[in-house]
Amino acid sequence: MSTLTDPPTGSFRLSMLLNDTRYRSMTLQVIAAIVLATLLFYLYSNLAANLRAAGLNISFDFLGSSAGYDINQTLIEYDSQSSNLRAAVVGILNTLLVAVLACVTATVFGVIAGVLRLSNNWLVRKLMAAYVEIFRNIPVLIWIIIIFTIMTAVLPGARAYLGDDPERDMLGGVIALTNRGIYVPSPFFTSGFGGGEGSGLNWLIVLAVLAGSFFATRFITHSADAKQEATGVRPKTGLLNLAVWFVPLVVLALVLGLSWDLPDPLANRFNLRGGLQIGAPLIALWFALSIYTGAFIAENVRAGIQAVSKGQTEAASALGIRPRRVMSLVVLPQALRVIIPPLISQYLNITKNSSLAIAVGYADITATLGGITLNQTGRAIECVLLLMLFYLVISLVISAVMNVYNSSMKLKER
Amino acid sequence: MKKSVILGALTVAGLSASAAAAATLDDVKERGTLNCGVATGLAGFAAPDANGEWTGFDVAVCRAVAAAVLGDATAVEFVPTTGKTRFTALASGEIDMLARNTTWTFSRDTDLKFDFTGVNYYDGQGFMVPKSLGVSSAKDLDGATVCIQTGTTTELNLADFFRANNISYEPVPIETNAEAIQQYSAGACDAYTTDASGLASSRATFETPGDHILLPEIISKEPLGPLVRHGDNEWGDVVRWTLNALIAAEELGVSSANINEMAESTTNPEVARLLGTEGDLGSMIGLNADWAKSAIMASGNYGEIFAKNIGEETPIGLARGLNAQWTNGGLLYSPPFR
Repeated sequence: MSTLTDPPTGSFRLSMLLNDTRYRSMTLQVIAAIVLATLLFYLYSNLAANLRAAGLNISFDFLGSSAGYDINQTLIEYDSQSSNLRAAVVGILNTLLVAVLACVTATVFGVIAGVLRLSNNWLVRKLMAAYVEIFRNIPVLIWIIIIFTIMTAVLPGARAYLGDDPERDMLGGVIALTNRGIYVPSPFFTSGFGGGEGSGLNWLIVLAVLAGSFFATRFITHSADAKQEATGVRPKTGLLNLAVWFVPLVVLALVLGLSWDLPDPLANRFNLRGGLQIGAPLIALWFALSIYTGAFIAENVRAGIQAVSKGQTEAASALGIRPRRVMSLVVLPQALRVIIPPLISQYLNITKNSSLAIAVGYADITATLGGITLNQTGRAIECVLLLMLFYLVISLVISAVMNVYNSSMKLKER
Repeated sequence: MKKSVILGALTVAGLSASAAAAATLDDVKERGTLNCGVATGLAGFAAPDANGEWTGFDVAVCRAVAAAVLGDATAVEFVPTTGKTRFTALASGEIDMLARNTTWTFSRDTDLKFDFTGVNYYDGQGFMVPKSLGVSSAKDLDGATVCIQTGTTTELNLADFFRANNISYEPVPIETNAEAIQQYSAGACDAYTTDASGLASSRATFETPGDHILLPEIISKEPLGPLVRHGDNEWGDVVRWTLNALIAAEELGVSSANINEMAESTTNPEVARLLGTEGDLGSMIGLNADWAKSAIMASGNYGEIFAKNIGEETPIGLARGLNAQWTNGGLLYSPPFR
């Protein structure tokens, strides 16, 4: 068949829509679009008709009415008289909390296990292989329940720590491990803003100081780099960096009057009071998500490292760079380009898997809005729609942030 | 790409196409089985026995309705539902009726578009604590950790009770009764709260039930009963009057043991109407003349069902209390069969 035929002349005929290759694909696409639109319309009208038949209407008014139930872990002020919307926000914050914590620890576990899987040490290599294969091949729900059950069964109840003469002593006199959670001292400020109770402003100041230290250490590293480039001698920065991190914090602690709120075994006959309680559900969920997803990340890291040409390692070794620095200066920066894209989907998985929280009674968004609120108000469609919207938005945000990071890490082509 | 979109859309269409059927009675007769929603497993109320047969107090209501409508007490498909899934299952038509110790409340009856067809157990929310805790009243529970079965009215009652008494607590929401009991046994919570009947049922399954006590406070009214979808009044009538027939049978002295004899030789006109030997009550609700007789024969009258499943002779060991006939000082009072 010749490709040099003249374009057909003559007027447009209807049959050309199917016979003429110039129009055919357009025709098919229009037909497909019409079919799709019809289907969508059918779906919508079906849903609307069924809801009408059942006498139900879509309304989000229930979000404003009082929730009526209590939640055991609230990052913001909440009581049973707060609105369903506030209960949902409490759930959102709890979801974000466990997702962020699990993302960080899963990355740490994953990177360590992934690097060690390629170790020259036989035992370490096999141990890491066993970790990866065991943890990623058992469903995460099972892990959550196993860890929670073990915590419940192994750790003592809170009453063991209570009273003047408790059965068990707290670790170092300040930390209590119970099957309801871990109680640790919580810091507060006695002479900061807001008096003895303290206010959020104090914590903002601490955050600001930490951010200042972060940028200061970056500046120190940069100027050390510049000096090394210019003179070939790298100034020692270790002690200086340490000082930049700790001196301002110590000064701040003295100025604001840092004090510790200890778990009190005498205040209540059922539970320890005071201090910071990290609930057993949070720990079980956090740990399970971390070790499970860590196993997947380990495989990503291993794949990334193996994707870096062996010649790079050999060249670096030939230059006399020590093995640890070969890994951190030569291999990992290049491996990151391969690791980050699959890492994004692991972070998304953590966020979505955190919805299994209800299995251990952790009050995430699925448990508050999608669980108790849905049950008490019966607004199933509205609650599920909101849940879907939340997970979609949060996943897209994570994805967007990680994509920005990815494009900053990827090979710059000039 | 386009193809997969269309296939996906078709799948969704298939899922959403089940319209809420109006004439449940006809559907059940046509299908030949009754789809009845029950608990996932609550000893005495609804739980499969060693042979996989569902038995229990709520199960008996399902069987009675199946017997009344289909003449066969075994023609029931039991659908286990959790506190969370039960209403969706009923609203979507997956089940024809729900007999799952569900509390009759205003909003469930009106806003959720269901119809409660009566009360088969008058209950109230209570607390169970280990005896060793030394607590004698729920008002002593200030600061305690309390296990709750999530997705029930108990959460709201609990919040109200502690707020009204100005004491604090820490809730541990648990999905099923079994998990809640596990947490409670391990001491991860100080107290377990749910309907008093459920507590008694759970306590009976402990190795040493005597180590646990039910606190005297009953903090709510929990009238438990079967329910159907709102708007299908014929079907609602069938379920309502089947339950009434069981209650009336006990009041009139009709039991599964003497029912055939009563049907033949009774001189009491109300018994004759109930059992279909006089009048045509059956045809008024679209059933056979002996519908109530079949229902009673399925597992006995209300008193027999109570005694067999949750009564004082059983491990559950519940007294009749409020659930006695009105003639014995209880609340059970069936409208007349006339």
